[in-house]
Amino acid sequence: MTLTGAEIVIRCLQEEKVDYVFGYPGGSVLHIYDELFKQDDIKHILVRHEQAAVHAADAYSRSSDRVGVALVTSGPGVTNAVTGIATAYMDSIPMVVLCGQVPTYYIGQDAFQECDTVGITRPCVKHNFLVKDVKDLAATMKKAFHIAKTGRPGPVVVDIPKDITANKCEFDYPASVQMRSYNPVVKGHLGQIKKAVQMLLEAKQPIIYTGGGVVLSDASEKLVKLAKRLNFPVTNTLMGLGGYPATDKQFVGMLGMHGTYEANMTMQHADVVLAIGARFDDRVIGNPEHFGEVARKIIHVDIDPSSISKRVKVDVPIVGNVPDVLDELLKLLEESGKAAPDVSAWWQQIDAWRGKNCLGYKQKSLIEPQYVVEKLYEVTGGDAFITSDVGQHQMFAAQYYKFDKPRRWINSGGLGTMGVGLPYAMGVLFANPGAQVACITGEGSIQMCIQELSTCKQFELPVKIINLNNGMLGMVRQWQEMFYSKRYSQSYVTSIPDFVKLAEAYGHVGMRIEKPEDVEPALKKAFTEYKDRLVFMDFIIDPEANVFPMVAAGKGLSEMILSEDL
Amino acid sequence: MRHIISILLENEAGALSRVAGLFSARGYNIESLTVAPTEDASLSRMTIVTTGSEDVLEQITKQLNKLVDVVKVVDLSEAAHSERELMLIKVRATGKDREEMKRMADIFRGRIIDVTDSTYVIELTGTGNKLDSFIAALDAGLILETVRTGVCGIGRGDRILKV
Ligand SMILES: Cc1ncc(C[n+]2csc(CCOP(=O)(O)OP(=O)(O)O)c2C)c(N)n1
Ligand SMILES: [Mg+2]
Repeated sequence: MTLTGAEIVIRCLQEEKVDYVFGYPGGSVLHIYDELFKQDDIKHILVRHEQAAVHAADAYSRSSDRVGVALVTSGPGVTNAVTGIATAYMDSIPMVVLCGQVPTYYIGQDAFQECDTVGITRPCVKHNFLVKDVKDLAATMKKAFHIAKTGRPGPVVVDIPKDITANKCEFDYPASVQMRSYNPVVKGHLGQIKKAVQMLLEAKQPIIYTGGGVVLSDASEKLVKLAKRLNFPVTNTLMGLGGYPATDKQFVGMLGMHGTYEANMTMQHADVVLAIGARFDDRVIGNPEHFGEVARKIIHVDIDPSSISKRVKVDVPIVGNVPDVLDELLKLLEESGKAAPDVSAWWQQIDAWRGKNCLGYKQKSLIEPQYVVEKLYEVTGGDAFITSDVGQHQMFAAQYYKFDKPRRWINSGGLGTMGVGLPYAMGVLFANPGAQVACITGEGSIQMCIQELSTCKQFELPVKIINLNNGMLGMVRQWQEMFYSKRYSQSYVTSIPDFVKLAEAYGHVGMRIEKPEDVEPALKKAFTEYKDRLVFMDFIIDPEANVFPMVAAGKGLSEMILSEDL
Repeated sequence: MRHIISILLENEAGALSRVAGLFSARGYNIESLTVAPTEDASLSRMTIVTTGSEDVLEQITKQLNKLVDVVKVVDLSEAAHSERELMLIKVRATGKDREEMKRMADIFRGRIIDVTDSTYVIELTGTGNKLDSFIAALDAGLILETVRTGVCGIGRGDRILKV
């Protein structure tokens, strides 16, 4: 059967069982939109800005085990999408972005809405393709999905010129993909895993440090098994939260720049570090030289060999898919017949560090942001999907909402993109209809994709927006307060809109909360009475609240600045 | 340390820019880069000469392997290998210099491949050092133009880079 390229695109998406495409139409994708119109399997979600389409597709992936899909037109559609693509790339999120392109015979002529999509996106995709012949289209789509979700996942761009979507050929969707140049490793090296087991069994002051890799590979249950078998402390990175249950007693909290005192101290002083799906980045271990001052053995499990020994030297590298490696570790531990090492002295030390109660804060007459997150945790029974933007509010969310399940904490860790929160909440709701979804944001960040309130109305998405409104670009202000002698250059936001009216103008419910005693009732109301509505909750918070503990840039993990409230 | 990296990659549009882009994005050096299709036209072979510490080289190899178009990567300089570079050099060849140029080409085992009343084009292959020495041996004022291919290399004996 011969089909047009546009029909083939739709057929491929159907073959991949795609149920939602997040997109925005334009000239070069009109044939594809025409085919979308003629079918019902794939629902198109019309956003209000291409950046949001890509963020929504990204969150769809993050909050499920499926691959999000976005569709944008050539030129400005693509350039608007770039922030979303780069954001997904930095966090290794599987995603396929379909881009329109000018007809092949116009490429290179500065045609209307032409841009070099493959060139612009190359450094921020796992891979990209320009389809030059309709005969290659189906196989390229198959490869795109395969590459996006296998190995270390990532976004893949398929650039499709308009004439390709009109040309016809036989449709044949390949059942599998064979690429001599792309064969990600799955199983870890047995010899290395044996060494790791030996090292773990001899540890006196161990830590298990895990990142986004555990969440992305759905390895949480296996991680819990391993941690329980060994009785070792566990810390998660910002991207790894939920990978290990935060309410478990072996969890010492998030580590890194705004990690807990106990997590950072445990990491710094550990004699054996088992790193799983994490990459020792600058926000996690701070200054690598300072980290290197303490002698320790590092076992590093990661699917991406280039993550290993990139920032710190590793003693036992294990390249492989996290769940497979964990299975093997557990098996060898059983076979060893040995009991877990005695780490009771280590736990005593850790409990002493915990005694600092580093996340303590003082209640004042104003609303403290930490309090809002704690109340949100209670009201949602700790079981909501939490998206966030970037800033102080993001760190408060990560510190005070205790994630017990993976894929519940959705934020831009790597690129740190302000504006993701609201579109992320949309993507989460399409992947998890009926779930409780809250977007913890700030008055700065929310305005970067505020137009999506309109999309939320169109699709009746009951997002609960928790706007921690400090009237400041708070994270910037915090750095200026601490490192620039309080010269608050451009961190004060004036002319902030009346968010209540704004929400109402978009057809939603708006609330302004100004007193600590109103926090809990307002949240309860939002999640019960207004369960099915989008509620924009504008919390007017203490503008001076800062995020602690803090490891200043360039400092070592144990050189934390703690809150004066303690 | 200087390293010669050999890469087999899919002979596809854009593959070269992925490799070049990787080097610039991550701040790796490229001293020279050569690329051409192999006997199997679907594959290209690229040789990159770079410098960097062992750690940097480890990252370069890993990052190259991560590129979806890259099939195989080896660091040729890790073991016995041969390397060659081709240079074409146009020199002024008049009066007594004409004889001298011929003599120098012979000494370095170059070949004169184009002759006019006043110029020669000399073809010379060898290691980069040899080409450098040839240039140094000539009177700089007589060199009109040079073009070099950059290094290409191959492992010795049983060291074979193939899919
Ligand atoms: C797109 C983008 N631009 C700039 C920044 C730098 N930045 C990081 S946090 C921040 C302030 C965010 O302010 P707000 O959303 O109000 O959050 P708060 O820190 O006040 O909680 C800025 C400007 C960024 N992360 N992303
Ligand atoms: Mg703010």
